[in-house]
Amino acid sequence: MAKVILQLGELTCPSCMTKIQKAVENQDGVSNVKVLFNAGKVRADFDESKTSADKLAEVITDLGYEVLKVKVREMA
Amino acid sequence: MTKLNVWISKHQNKITALIAIFIALSLVSSFLLKLEMVATIFMIVASILGAIPVALHAISALQNKVISIELLVTIAVIGAFIIGEYEESAVVTFLFLFGNYLEQKTLEKTRSSVKSLTKMAPTTAELVNDNGQTETVDVDDLDEGDHVLVKPGGQIPVDGKIISGTGYMNEASITGESTPVKKDVGDKVFAGSLTDNGTITVETTSVGEDTTFGKIIELVEEAQDSQSPAARFIDKFATYYTPAVLIIGILVWIFTRNFPLAITVLVLGCPGALVIGAPVSNVAGIGNGAKNGILMKGGNAVNSFSKVDTLVLDKTGTLTTGKMSVTDIDNFGTDKDEMLGLLSAVEKTSDHPLGQAIVKYISNLGIKKTPELPEFDTIKGQGLVGQTDQFRILVGNERLMKENNVKISGEQRESINKRMNDGDSVVLMAINKELRLVAGVNDQLRPDAREGLQALKDAGLKRVVMLTGDNRLAAQRVAERLPVDEVHAELLPEDKVEFVKKFQERGSIVAFVGDGINDSPSLATADIGIGMGTGTDVAIETSDIILVKSSFDALAHAYVLAKKTVANTKENIVIAVGTVALLLLGLIVGVIHMGSGMFVHELSILVVIFNAMRLIKNKSQKLDTDQVLKTAN
Repeated sequence: MAKVILQLGELTCPSCMTKIQKAVENQDGVSNVKVLFNAGKVRADFDESKTSADKLAEVITDLGYEVLKVKVREMA
Repeated sequence: MTKLNVWISKHQNKITALIAIFIALSLVSSFLLKLEMVATIFMIVASILGAIPVALHAISALQNKVISIELLVTIAVIGAFIIGEYEESAVVTFLFLFGNYLEQKTLEKTRSSVKSLTKMAPTTAELVNDNGQTETVDVDDLDEGDHVLVKPGGQIPVDGKIISGTGYMNEASITGESTPVKKDVGDKVFAGSLTDNGTITVETTSVGEDTTFGKIIELVEEAQDSQSPAARFIDKFATYYTPAVLIIGILVWIFTRNFPLAITVLVLGCPGALVIGAPVSNVAGIGNGAKNGILMKGGNAVNSFSKVDTLVLDKTGTLTTGKMSVTDIDNFGTDKDEMLGLLSAVEKTSDHPLGQAIVKYISNLGIKKTPELPEFDTIKGQGLVGQTDQFRILVGNERLMKENNVKISGEQRESINKRMNDGDSVVLMAINKELRLVAGVNDQLRPDAREGLQALKDAGLKRVVMLTGDNRLAAQRVAERLPVDEVHAELLPEDKVEFVKKFQERGSIVAFVGDGINDSPSLATADIGIGMGTGTDVAIETSDIILVKSSFDALAHAYVLAKKTVANTKENIVIAVGTVALLLLGLIVGVIHMGSGMFVHELSILVVIFNAMRLIKNKSQKLDTDQVLKTAN
């Protein structure tokens, strides 16, 4: 398992939040998704054997949101 | 599709500007040049340009089973287009997109206070490699155990321990204290603090989000999103509201057969200000707090704090600075130096502030020799017991003496009373059941305690209660100088919890203020736990509100801010609901159309954001974030 933090551009509509939340949650091997509306961040845990941080960034980009920075941390 | 999506979101502002130009061209053609045909074509182009980004958002939301505001607008615009109302469709999309743009700009402002905090987080570090050379690396690439070099004026990139060098650290971002603290080899340093002078090498213990500063930032970021009950209700309501508006629109069409009316309902029903109104107040309020060194854990904490009527405070370390000094020690034994040596030996086993003050005082007298203590024990709420080969030493309060049948003579009683009358805390030492030393220790009242408490009362607080484990007289002396309504002394930590519970049973909403070291049960039991002046993890976890700087001014500011934030949220909900009601009324009376409806909507969104922005400016004395930032850059 690993932890990912994605820094997005400014989020303005709370409905974007629901959208991103659902899209990321629907990915295989992803859990504990948290979209921080005001900070413009997405936090999630994921299983490296099933998906990758880049894949998650792509999902968000596909929705039409800019991903500025991706941070991954291995979990012990 | 994807690439188009991204491209459009990136250039949405340019598209909005383009639409404005086409609308302007159309108006010029129509009114000045009287070219109606050309005017209509410009409006059609503007509509199409505007509808595309809105529709794309609507579709991607639908794919994730979310009925969004964009969907309502898209249907309305397509509808208007079908019935040939090109002007309406162009104006509606323009206003919607332009509104989004303004919303984004103004929201950035409400979030700016927290942004300025996150900007203080370190990004790079000077990593010392095996050859003793340094290289600049991203803090994310550092691991536990890595050695980093920090030069004078530099920012400490990690939490860790100094392994070489000494220097003065400015830890304002962690402790709120801007007076530099001297740190030596072996001392802990915190990420986000600055070295005033001195070059040090630090061994990393934690990095990034795991550092104390990282946790503070995480807390504030999450707090902004964690909403008050009112805001959560609105949020839930909004998820059903948008689909409901869609259904109402369809019903209106079916029953009235009035297509223009049906699509107008869709536009008017947009829940714009309703969705943004409550959260935006929260963000601004919490942001203002963060800027002033007040960390509030979300809308719930703000909401409960605003309703608090009883404030319960711990005395030592909260109302007082916790920096104690010995006023005098009276000796009733034979050899004073030997007695002091014994006292110091016992007190060395304790980390109680009273004990530390005594150890320091005795050491300053030049008495460095202290006997070995093979056995020692702490008796909670009473004191310490130590055992040497010859002596059984009791150090503590009168209760400890009474429980152990230590007699107090008339002369000794006089000495104790004199200390107590001066407002000192009294520490007694008995050797083999005979009282030998009476020590008076004084604790200084925080300079802004009186004014801060008065400000809290002026802001609507009903009762201030002081609890302390200290003796009655010392407690009374402190309370006399403060606007305190009740004093309870000689309490154990568990007694304090009982007091908090008792007030709650009486129907009071209780805030407990403590340092989080030995009063975490009370912090957790109170409706609102306020941790004061400790950047410790425990305080951060158990408190609902954390005051980075130990000041009553900050406490009073937090209380007023919480009240203002809650009032602001209510105002915004009234504005939002009022707008929808007025629009519906306008529709029934027939003065509101699609374009004007959208205009009023966007206006109401800006009104709630501007209203929330008033909270940002509400500040008392500012924490030194700006100053820290300046030095950091």
